[in-house]
Formats: sequence, structure tokens, C-alpha cells
Amino acid sequence: METLVRTEGVSKEFSSVRVLDNISVEIRVGEVFGIIGENGAGKSTFIKILSGLYEPTAGKLWFDGAPMEIRGPADARRIGISLIPQEFNLVADLCVYENIFLGEELLEKGGFLDRKAMIERTRLLLAELNASSIDPEARIQNLSVAQKQMVEIAKATAYDSRLLIMDEPTTVLTSKEIEVLFRLMERLKAKGVTLVYISHKLKEVKRICDRVMVLRDGAFICLEEAATMEIDEMARRMVGRELKEIFPEKKPAQDGVALSVQKLCVEGLLHDVSFELHKGEILGFAGLIGAGRTEVAETIMGLRKADSGEIFIDSAALKVKTPSDAVKAGISYLSEDRQGAGILTAFDLIGNTTLVSLGDYATPLIDRKKETEKTGFYVDRFAIKASSLYARLEQLSGGNQQKISLAKSIDTNPRIIIVDEPTRGIDVKAKHDIYAFIRELADSGLSVIFISSELEELIGMCGRVLVMKEGRIAGELSGSEISEEEIMYFATGIKGGL
Amino acid sequence: MAASAPRKFSFEKFAPLVALGALVVVSTILYPRFLEPRNLLNILRQVSYTGIIALGMTFVVISGGIDLSVGSMTALAGSCAILALNASTQALMTFEPRWLGTGLCVLAAAAAALAVTLVAGFFNGFLVTKGKIAPFIVTLGSMAIFRSLTLYIGSAGEFRSQNSSYGDMGMSSILEIPLPVWILFGLAALLSILLDRTRFGRYVCAVGSNEKVAKYSAIDIDKIRLRTYVIVGIMVAITAVLISARLNSISSTNAGKDYEMDAIAAVVIGGTAMTGGHGSIWGSVVGAIILGIINNMLNMLGVSPYLQGLVKGLVIIGAVFIQRGSSKSKRSGL
Repeated sequence: METLVRTEGVSKEFSSVRVLDNISVEIRVGEVFGIIGENGAGKSTFIKILSGLYEPTAGKLWFDGAPMEIRGPADARRIGISLIPQEFNLVADLCVYENIFLGEELLEKGGFLDRKAMIERTRLLLAELNASSIDPEARIQNLSVAQKQMVEIAKATAYDSRLLIMDEPTTVLTSKEIEVLFRLMERLKAKGVTLVYISHKLKEVKRICDRVMVLRDGAFICLEEAATMEIDEMARRMVGRELKEIFPEKKPAQDGVALSVQKLCVEGLLHDVSFELHKGEILGFAGLIGAGRTEVAETIMGLRKADSGEIFIDSAALKVKTPSDAVKAGISYLSEDRQGAGILTAFDLIGNTTLVSLGDYATPLIDRKKETEKTGFYVDRFAIKASSLYARLEQLSGGNQQKISLAKSIDTNPRIIIVDEPTRGIDVKAKHDIYAFIRELADSGLSVIFISSELEELIGMCGRVLVMKEGRIAGELSGSEISEEEIMYFATGIKGGL
Repeated sequence: MAASAPRKFSFEKFAPLVALGALVVVSTILYPRFLEPRNLLNILRQVSYTGIIALGMTFVVISGGIDLSVGSMTALAGSCAILALNASTQALMTFEPRWLGTGLCVLAAAAAALAVTLVAGFFNGFLVTKGKIAPFIVTLGSMAIFRSLTLYIGSAGEFRSQNSSYGDMGMSSILEIPLPVWILFGLAALLSILLDRTRFGRYVCAVGSNEKVAKYSAIDIDKIRLRTYVIVGIMVAITAVLISARLNSISSTNAGKDYEMDAIAAVVIGGTAMTGGHGSIWGSVVGAIILGIINNMLNMLGVSPYLQGLVKGLVIIGAVFIQRGSSKSKRSGL
């Protein structure tokens, strides 16, 4: 069979962290090429290199037999490579046809836009995709998610794409829309278009893909015919690794329920989420991106409004309207979005540490000595490396920023702390430190909700893990039941019946 | 260990002061009588009116907002102050002892001005926070509304005070230093404590620095932003009383004209970031004085008054340009 893309030793490093290591594969003309792997396995990096968004640190690529020299997405599009990203690249205020021809507008002789021709071409493109229901002159913002995706695909086919890369195309679609998408993929395939398909949903991968490549920690694991690889086997290959000895010893939770959440609902995001958190427990929340874990935390914190459901703290009903209500009730939240919602990069260590707990330092003037001393305490305690307490956080490494973020979260003396991806993007040493602090917090009687996409740390840290899928709690695992395979079974819908 | 390390000296923080020093030296060379106390006090008094507004504007700008309505608000508050003054003068001027009657009249004027600006500030703040309309648009609209109301109430004419003691107060000095100058520096001392040493001040910076982080840190961002507009309103009331007393009248067409420009310029020249997040009250005082000296020099050197706006405009753009340059180099220097 003919080869469309060949990669040889393709690697990518970000500030000397290797996120993609020595990938050599061939993608055949007219196949659906699946890529699976955990979060951070390197899938997105790989397709960003294929589509010209990233330049590989090392390695070579060939497209259609010729060395591939692309400097950006525009070059990629010119040779027939299109990427449909998870977050669509459509301009919401423009019409469908304007988006399709954005940057490549058809012109009349006088240099004016040839609207008629563009609308007509768009109508044809959409008809070819069996999506005639979309009006070429409709504004993007008025379309459904599935329709937007159709427009993205139409945009890709408008440039006679030979390689169409789809990054998690089905996460935002209903099962009916997924069927439409799959039929479309079959048609494109029949026309000789090659498809690269990334998904967490292993059932779909098994169904639609011809071959599946598994990546783990940036490295190539295997490439096999989808027909011969069972779904369990895919999940095992994705996660299979030894647990490293970097986790503190687990201890049993104390008796007594610290937090009880009953039938929490947020329209379109959470459905009847109920669970109990015990005193001194580290309760894991697993699930794929978009499964609703962060939304649970944000709803408990009053950052999102619940449509229904109840929250109890020490068996007293809690009414949370604003984040400050939650803080007063003794709940603290470490956001997954460190730079966007966690720390003020322009503030110094002190200003960040006491941002939530500032009331404890102000009577009414802020006691600078007290807040400086307290920050100094955390700097010692958490081994934070900074030039001084007055250094702006933007000068600190990710790991040290995260430690300050953690200091900020516990300076309110919470009884319950929700940590959301507490070790995302930080180095192993800092990870190790943070695991140890969280364990100590739990040992001192704090209850911890530990949200993570890294299965390894959920297994290493938690006595009990809840697995979420599509806004519901799909399964609960405790003790020796907690394994990467079991979590993946629930998260991808193999188990749990969701 | 880190806790004992001193706060680093930052040139950025003192840049406005350095600029002021350089300007004083240049002015003295160009015009030796510049340094005469009478001239200096005159400059300080002239900048006090918009300087006081700039103090409040500093909070608004740090929180990421802007208030274009302060000039019209000054006119509206000033005219209401005069109306209240005149009404109370008729009722109270026979009051004995005389100083008490005068005091009560001034109090009535101040109360009227304050009532107007509190409502006005709340109006702006409410539309910005709850209405979720861009501050530029809200205050552009209220600028027109306040001016229009003033013109309507005064039939486009002048509000004249019928109480000469009011005018005396506006012209008065304590220890040779004009009253508005005392008030400017007193308020600056107070508000710099509010900005640098209280929760509110820290939260204003946090909101301007990153609204989402502030929200996730359990800060009520709407409340903080609303309060910044109320603070600038209070400052406008004080200026409105001082300027209407100084002139013993208020012109409904001209009062407060370009005050928004001078106040925002003082804030920017003083080193407060237009993008929000940090700033300095004393910087704004220095900024106001720099503007005053430039005006004074242009007058002394006989430059056409029509060209003074040009110089002011260039100084504002230059100040922002320098800010942008320094923050850019800081980022790339990481």
C-alpha cells in the first residue's frame, strides 16, 4: 500500500523536557490512522508537528514521497494537510462561507469579493458532506457544535485536503451526531482522503480506525491493526507502567464524613453527582478531560451555580453563593489553571500567599510583618526557591509557583481542600514534595479531594477513587481495586454502563 | 534566608520623581524665577483640583477601569453645591455666631456635592459591574448625561454664589499654603494607606492584575470595582466644592472641562499601568505636578495657549510608551 506520510525519529522538546521521543511511523494513503494515549502522552504534539504548528526538535518527515518542509499551518494546507482542532478555529461573528474562505477569498475582476461564487462553492461543499441543512450565510455563533464541526470539515475539504487530522472530534458530539461523522469519514476515505483520528473513546477507535498507534509518555509503544487489538489491550498499552516509588505511605481515613454532596446537577455539565468525603481522606477524582471533575469542584466552591442538589459539611447543609462563602465554610480550592486562575504572576510571594486569607492579617491595616513571616514559613516548609519574598511569581519556576499556590490554599486554615491537577507541568522533585505535603495535610485531619488526569498519582495517593464520565460518577474504586486499567475501563465507558 | 532580604529598589517606582526633578532643573535654567515660592505655590494650587480627582482615578485605573465622566460630574456637583449654598445662606446667614452659620452653609454645599457624586459614582460602577458594559462606554455616556443635566439646571449659564464667605474659603491659605494643596496632600496620604496597607487596596490590584484569579481567590470583584467608582466620585465632590468656592461660582458650560484628561494623564504619568494591576497614589500626585509645571513653563515662555494641549498630549503618549517599553523588556528579560 502507498505511504502518504513517513516520519523518522521525530522528537520534540519544550525547555529541555522531551514530550515526544523518536517517533518513526508510516501513514498509508486512504486509511484511518488512530492515535491513542493518556493525557500528556504526546498525541497532540505529534499532530501539531504533522500540521506545521510545531517544528520538531529532531527527526524528518516525508509527505507523498518528498521531504516535508512546512513552516506553519498555511504551508501545510497548501500541500493538502488540514487539522481540525479540539477548539474550533472559526470566527464566531462571520458567516459560514466567510469562514471557509477566510484568507483565501475569491475575488471578482475589480478586486471586490465575489460573494456569489463563495456562497455557491460553500453550498456545494456542504451538500457533498450531506450537510445541506447548514445555510452558507448563517453566522457561526448561531450554529450547533456539530454543525460547527461540519463547517471545519468543509473548510478542510475546500482545500482538497489529502490528510485530514481530527483531534478528539467526538467529545462534543451526541451519539447521533457521531454516527453522521463516521459516515462522513467513510465517504472521505472512499475518496482517497487519509484520516488521522485521535480519541479517548476506545470503542470508537476500534470501530472507525484501520490501524492504531499507542503513545505513552511521548514514546512509541505499538502500531497495530485495529481489528486485531481488543479494547482492554488498548487501555493496558496506554497506561502499562510500573508505579515509581515517589508516593508517601497511604493511611486509612478517619471515621466521620467531612463533606457530603447529594445529587448535584448543573445543566449540561453535571448529572446527579453524589459522594461522601471522610475526615483525613484523600479521595481521588479520575476521568477524561471534560468529564466534569473540575466542574464538581467549581460548583462546591460557588464559582458555578448548581441547578439542584445539596452540599453538607459536617452534616450541616451549606449554602454556597460565592467563593467567599465556601472559604468561610472551610473549603479551599487549588485551581487546575495555575496561571489563569491560581496565582497573580505580577504579585510577589507574599501578596499571593495571603490573597485569600488577607482578612487574618488586616486589622484594618495589613500587618506586613505578620504576612512576611507567614510567607517565610511556607517558603521554608515547602522548600520554595525564590530570589526573595518580594520576587514576582512570574520569575519562579512552575513547581515553585504551584507550591505558593498550595500555600495560598491552605493559609485559610481549611478543613477540606480540593486540589485540581496539583502536579500538572511541574518537575519530578516538586511533584514528590507536593505529594508529601498533601499526605501530611490529610494526616493532620484535613480532607482532600484529589483531581488528576495522571492515573499513576491517583493510585499512589488515594485510598478511594471516583471515576467520572460525561458529568456522572461512573464508578468507585477503593483499595487494591484501584488500577490504571480499571480507571480507564470506567472513564472510557467499557465498564459502568454509561 | 529569603525573608530577611530587603525589598529591591526599583527604578520604575521612582521614575516619575526623577522626571519631576529633571523638569524642575530645566525649568529653573529656562526661567530662574520659577523657583520663587509664590510661583511654586501657584502651580501646586492649580494642580490640586484635578490632582484630587486623579487620586480617585488611580483606584479606577488600577482595577482595570477608566472614568471619563469626572469633568462633567465636577460641573454637576459644583452647581448643586452652589444651589444648596444659596438656599442655606438665606436660611442660615442670620445665625449667630456668624462662623457657625458660614460653616453650616459650606457643609450644606459639601453635602449636596457629595450626594450627587455618590449617586453618580454608584451609577457608573453599577453599569460597569452588574450591567457588564465596558467602563469606557459607560463613563462616555455618563459624561454626556452629567453635562447635559448641568446645562439644563443652569440654563447654560452660571451658578453664582450669594455667600461671599464661600469664596473666602476657596481663596484661603493656612500657613501660606493654599487650602486645596493641604487637602490634596492630606487625601494623598490617606488614600496611599488605603491602597498600600488595606485589604481593599490589595484587592483592587488583584482585580486589575487578573480578574479570574481574583474571583477564584474568593474576592467579590464586582464590589471592589464598584467601590473604585464611588471613591473617584467622593474625590470629585471635594474638588467641586473647592473649585466652586475658589471662583464663588460655577459655569455650567465650562466647569470641569478637560478634567478627565488631566486626571487620567496624571495617573498615567505617575506610573500607574493603564492595563491595571499596580499603581501609586503619590505617583499620581507627582504626575499632576509634572503636568502643572509643564503648563506653567509654557505660559512663562509665551507659548500660545492653543499649543499647550499638544504638549500635554505628547507627554501622555510618551509616558505610556515608556511604560510599555519597560514592561516589555522585563518580560523578555526572564
